[in-house]
Amino acid sequence: MTVTVAGRGMTEQAIDVLIIGAGASGAAVAWSLAETKMKIVCLEQGGFMNPGEYPATGRDWEARASSDFSISPNTRQLAADYPIAEDGSAIKVANFNAVGGGTVLYAGHFPRFHPSDFRVKSLDGVADDWPLDYNDLAPHYAENDRMMGVAGLAGDPAYPSDNAERMPPLPLGKSGEVLARGFNKLGWHWWPSDTAIATQPHDGRDKCINLGACITGCAQGAKASTDITYWPHAQRAGVELRTHCRVREITVDESGLATGAIYYDGDGVEREVEAHVVIMACNGVGTPRILLNSKSAAHPDGLANSSGLVGRNLMFHPYASIQGIFEEELDGHRGPHKIFRSQQFYETDPADKTRDFVRGYTFEIQRGQGPVSTALTGLARGKIPWGAGHHAAFRKLHNRIAGMVAICEDLPEAHNRVTLDPDLKDGDGIPAPRISYTLSENSRRMMDHAVAKASEVLRAAGAIDIMTQAPITYGGWHLMGTARMGTDPGTSVVNEWGRSHDVKNLFVVDGSIFVTSAGVNPTRTIQALALYIADRMKQRLANLFD
Amino acid sequence: MDISFTDEEAAALAIIAEMIIPASDDYDLPGANDDRIFADILNTGARQYEPVAAALAALDAVCNDLGDQPFADLSVAARADAVTAFRHRHVEAAGVLATITTQCYYRDDRVMRALDMETRPPFPLGFDVDEGDWSLLEPVRASGPIYRETS
Repeated sequence: MTVTVAGRGMTEQAIDVLIIGAGASGAAVAWSLAETKMKIVCLEQGGFMNPGEYPATGRDWEARASSDFSISPNTRQLAADYPIAEDGSAIKVANFNAVGGGTVLYAGHFPRFHPSDFRVKSLDGVADDWPLDYNDLAPHYAENDRMMGVAGLAGDPAYPSDNAERMPPLPLGKSGEVLARGFNKLGWHWWPSDTAIATQPHDGRDKCINLGACITGCAQGAKASTDITYWPHAQRAGVELRTHCRVREITVDESGLATGAIYYDGDGVEREVEAHVVIMACNGVGTPRILLNSKSAAHPDGLANSSGLVGRNLMFHPYASIQGIFEEELDGHRGPHKIFRSQQFYETDPADKTRDFVRGYTFEIQRGQGPVSTALTGLARGKIPWGAGHHAAFRKLHNRIAGMVAICEDLPEAHNRVTLDPDLKDGDGIPAPRISYTLSENSRRMMDHAVAKASEVLRAAGAIDIMTQAPITYGGWHLMGTARMGTDPGTSVVNEWGRSHDVKNLFVVDGSIFVTSAGVNPTRTIQALALYIADRMKQRLANLFD
Repeated sequence: MDISFTDEEAAALAIIAEMIIPASDDYDLPGANDDRIFADILNTGARQYEPVAAALAALDAVCNDLGDQPFADLSVAARADAVTAFRHRHVEAAGVLATITTQCYYRDDRVMRALDMETRPPFPLGFDVDEGDWSLLEPVRASGPIYRETS
């Protein structure tokens, strides 16, 4: 079958699988499906990054975190970015649009979900259980770990034992030692974080050299962004990756099955590609945006949206920041941001009367900041004045800040949602996503608890002063829940292996399909899910659409 | 596209940069209005002209309210009053000016040396970080599992 490529008068063979998005999940599913030898094409709105141009290579490395490497697409405003209408959201979206997606800018904190995270309804009577469990994902977590490369330490009492292959953990450093002693004083759990950062050479990547600039791209290549992990393997296996191609909508035939996509190439030329299978991998905002923009006679409310749930139940993970100021000099910005985690308050504990919320949170313990961030933090928190006292006050903070963020489980609520903005459009004229999101009372209570407990442990560690922020407004790193999975087509968008209930050749593999958010960073689970779904697809190739 | 600041904008920016981070004899440090640092501020500011110019316009509006004089023409005491009012009324705009000043100040070689920092970017040399004492984990290991079983 051939299809006209609009605007150029060219034709191309219909492909077997079209993947939209080359980030965490798109890369994983592309690599996994490559062994089928099907014709696979991935469309990505951004391009390949050049690590030689990452901020850590220049003296302005801190400043670029608030310009071309900002986590906010509304600040970056690069050609690959689309604007987001988020005035109506208590938390602002963080993303990155390039091959590798959000993994280019993430810190590499790489925890798994817990068994209990898949059973929140059964255990705690809230939200819903997932249609799969930890054991279903366990082999795919392990497979993903091999591809990404994980540093850490086996034996964390907060998790069941696993057979993950781990490189040695990141160094504790002075900051880690000081904070660990605080946790030990209180008898609280802590454990070196699993991180997607190579601490020894791994799969052609060199080891971490403590640049301390993980969140603006790793110039060393030690951090596992999928442009340097999955994609080289997927491309060698035959997957075609088309960059600077922004999808406008998924096309359908008269029966309502997906037939491919219409997209704009790097020159702004409208093109159409036909595919037998379409896989969405655009994150919890990008995926519902495209689905909602794919209206047709068969799908008048947007594609795969007979439940009305596409875009609903958006979950972010409300974050609280609690930073201590110490008298002694610590690591400052030197070294990866994350050191260890604490899940002392992770699992619901009815016996703990200090908790007036359900579910829980993780403390991600962090090293310090560079001088610019230190100064700006001090100015914003009233610790550094304008004028004559600046220098003395700055020296009390320089290399003396260490602390943590609390990542709180965000429970799904239907009113938190992604819709299409009626006015705002991207550079290709595609409607921008509009975010409506409020913090729940449960989230507020959880953050209050986290701030109190973090302050307690920072004091135990010797902090002489504490700075807090809750929520971190510009902290919507994790985009989940907007095309949730489930067995009931009335209450979910995709089934238990990622296939749309409504459109049997349409799959979703990104964080959109999360039923709940857990209280940990989602990337490792997003990728394990993508590999799980790819496996289910491969097992069903003969009757994939039955 | 980079846009150059007007002379009036540049003059006001230099004054406020110095008010944010003045020179220090105690620490042998230049102020943010030092020629080299301020050239960096102007250069960097040109790449984000709109928010910086908007912040300066907001500052001028405050000055007009207080005495109908441009910021650069005010006495030292009047500037201090104007800046206090500006920071109170325009928190975000004040943040824009503080951010660009700070970003350029804390990458100047003289400032970095005064902080005992190397005058280089993080890559390619990286940094040394102590491994730390992993025996601190022993009490955690001894505490036993804390995750919930689901079946």
